[in-house]
Amino acid sequence: MQPIQFEPDLCIRCETIDCLTKCQYVSFSGVEEARSEKLKINERRHSRVLEECLTCYACQEYCPYDNNPFYLLVERQEEMGILPAPKPIIEEQLRMMAPKGKIAPQAVTGVVVDMCAFPMLTGCIRGKLFEGAAPVTGMDLFCNIMWLHFAKNSTIRERVPRIIDNIMNCCLGDAPGREMVCFHDECYGTYTSVARAYGIDVPFTPVHLFDYINGRLNVLKDRIKPLNTKIAYQRPCSNRLVPETDKVLDAIFEKIGAERVPRVYDRENALCCGGVPRAQQRDELADSLVEKNIDDMLKTGAAYCVFNCPFCMATLANEVAEQGLMPILVSDLVQIALGE
Amino acid sequence: MTADLIARLGKITGPRYVSGAAEERYLYSMDQGTMPPAAPDAVVMPKTTEEVRQIVMLANKLKVPVVPMGAGLVLSGLTRALKGGIVIDMKRMNRIVTVNPASRYVVVEGGASQGMLKAYLDKHHPDLKHSMPDAPPVATLAGNICIHGSGHLSVLGGSHSDMLNGMEVVLPSGEIIRTGSCGVSGGWFSRAPLPDLSGLFLGWSGTTGIVTRLGIKLFPKYRYNDVLIFVAEDPDLMPDMISRLTSVQAAEDMTPWMTPKPDWARGFLHINIAWGGHTKKELIFKRNLLQGSVREYIDRKIAGFLPLPPPQKGRFLKIPSPDLARFADLRRGGGFEYVGAIMAIEHFPDAYRAGLAIAEKFNVAYSLGARIIGAGHAMMFFFAYAFNRADPEDVKRASDALEATNTAALEIGGIPWKAELPAQKQIIEKMDPDTFALMGRIRAVLDPNHIMNPGNWEKD
Repeated sequence: MQPIQFEPDLCIRCETIDCLTKCQYVSFSGVEEARSEKLKINERRHSRVLEECLTCYACQEYCPYDNNPFYLLVERQEEMGILPAPKPIIEEQLRMMAPKGKIAPQAVTGVVVDMCAFPMLTGCIRGKLFEGAAPVTGMDLFCNIMWLHFAKNSTIRERVPRIIDNIMNCCLGDAPGREMVCFHDECYGTYTSVARAYGIDVPFTPVHLFDYINGRLNVLKDRIKPLNTKIAYQRPCSNRLVPETDKVLDAIFEKIGAERVPRVYDRENALCCGGVPRAQQRDELADSLVEKNIDDMLKTGAAYCVFNCPFCMATLANEVAEQGLMPILVSDLVQIALGE
Repeated sequence: MTADLIARLGKITGPRYVSGAAEERYLYSMDQGTMPPAAPDAVVMPKTTEEVRQIVMLANKLKVPVVPMGAGLVLSGLTRALKGGIVIDMKRMNRIVTVNPASRYVVVEGGASQGMLKAYLDKHHPDLKHSMPDAPPVATLAGNICIHGSGHLSVLGGSHSDMLNGMEVVLPSGEIIRTGSCGVSGGWFSRAPLPDLSGLFLGWSGTTGIVTRLGIKLFPKYRYNDVLIFVAEDPDLMPDMISRLTSVQAAEDMTPWMTPKPDWARGFLHINIAWGGHTKKELIFKRNLLQGSVREYIDRKIAGFLPLPPPQKGRFLKIPSPDLARFADLRRGGGFEYVGAIMAIEHFPDAYRAGLAIAEKFNVAYSLGARIIGAGHAMMFFFAYAFNRADPEDVKRASDALEATNTAALEIGGIPWKAELPAQKQIIEKMDPDTFALMGRIRAVLDPNHIMNPGNWEKD
């Protein structure tokens, strides 16, 4: 088992400790306290951060050196037995979300779109946008990155290679280098950022949904009817692992005439949707996050609340709809602009 | 004799509503449980209390047994005609007579079903609801109340018999009596302050009279509803967890469940907790009370609430719950029965372990669970076994498991609920002899010709 790719000297030399000082959920008196806590984490000593962390992935983005602070933090939580959620909750979900061993090789032609553990969303793969695309889904393709929220790096290490084998053998015809579109940031983050940090080999080429859509919009540009509308974007935690894709999303929105309104809680300052803290039994915190997110969206005058994460959407859709915003996935919004 | 009986019954109800046909007698000879069939000589479907009275008078005259039946879904064979005679199917007496929204009660006829009342309230009184059991919607209100059933408001309101305000009953002699406030005033608002004669007909398995009308408590229906699933691993902690969760008196319903299927659930102990609120604020306030009550266990990381995104909650908020019906058909073939034992909360760990041991010994598909009754005052712990009716060996296994479960429940300190014949005999064995003798004397007074569902609650 390879250790997390991490260079302790980078933290020692770091002047800002952005990974902690920028954290929206754990407070520090200043850089020195943050440094002290960070060193404790690095040196396998107990830090209150290990207890208080919301597991929002943001520190992964904040670190200017790509030194994997979040993956390391999760590693330490697991080593020290610091569970972000009660043990039965973690254990039962581990069983619930385990690979079922039921997937069989299938003749998948065209663009393969990985829908991960969201079979209910395969209906999104339709129309000109996904013409010729084949969705694949199921627990045997579940990317397993969610265990970062539950101090279970060991599960990621154990299951991800098996899932990659399933993808190669059953969906990609065992053709190394073949592309696979990841519908969810989590999958793309798994097969790029996580795989790199954990030393897991990925023999196929993951393509982020935004890159795929952006490319298709170039092809379908004559069909686009600009929406001329304002949208509030709910950036998900997993996009923190692949922040470079956020610029692609901007390009998509520009092409379809959707104005991504400036929110207090967007971009680097995005706020958790509230789903994970509920698993951590912090419902009152989750309530306040939901309220902050929605208040923030309402101030912008947006007509849509746009999600790319199905879990964020499941968590917030009812709430935003009650407030008069239309909850929608990025791909569905694009399809509206394509007249589909 | 039978032809004469059918002709005379036909004069009471009209010939369309009486039958002695072999196929009808076959259908009415059994329910979905493991008890062997016992066919009636005739089946009759009265429309009015007066018709019920005339049927009973006729049966008394002819000394023919009478078995009252609602939907026939009791599963423990209580509506089988053990000594032949007449099954009185009450389903035609299905009117919702009146709803009193101010005092929150409804008056229904003896054959009105759970589904009918729910639909009626949804349409005409959308801010009121009654406590639905997890039975098919065709199950009757009267039948469920008379067996001391429980349902989706049982933490709030206790057993369904606790939600009864009064009854109109045709006695075996043909007299028509009214228990509760309706016996004195025009309203069906309470059983107090009168001598509580309703108890003469609750839990007696149709051996004391035929209920033709009931007044039932209704409850506020909330605009917002939510569910939590609490998950733990140690059965010994369950009594305290249940006690804490009920102590805040926020829940309407609380149902622990333990099942080996799906695989992920095996070994975990779950408690579904449902509650409601008129506003979101009230909903959240109550959620915080519930979560706060078990915070100590959460902080120790040994139990917690399963994260359920809103779209996943719908399944758990369905009333009646579809889950037990799914389990009921696990083995196909339409066989399903369970021992529900009313017992004290502290017996939860023993009941759980007994259920596991019996399921393993008899190799039966099982589902264990409970419904909490009142603020942790008692529970109906159920041991459910699915079997294939077409497979005699499977039926035998389930039957043996049920008998062993009844024995275990009694040994633990519980009492089998809506007990089938063998379980009734086990209960009688444990019952104080003077109490059982009193039951006999009461029956003799009410039913001197011993026509009411004979064979039940008897030693021999």
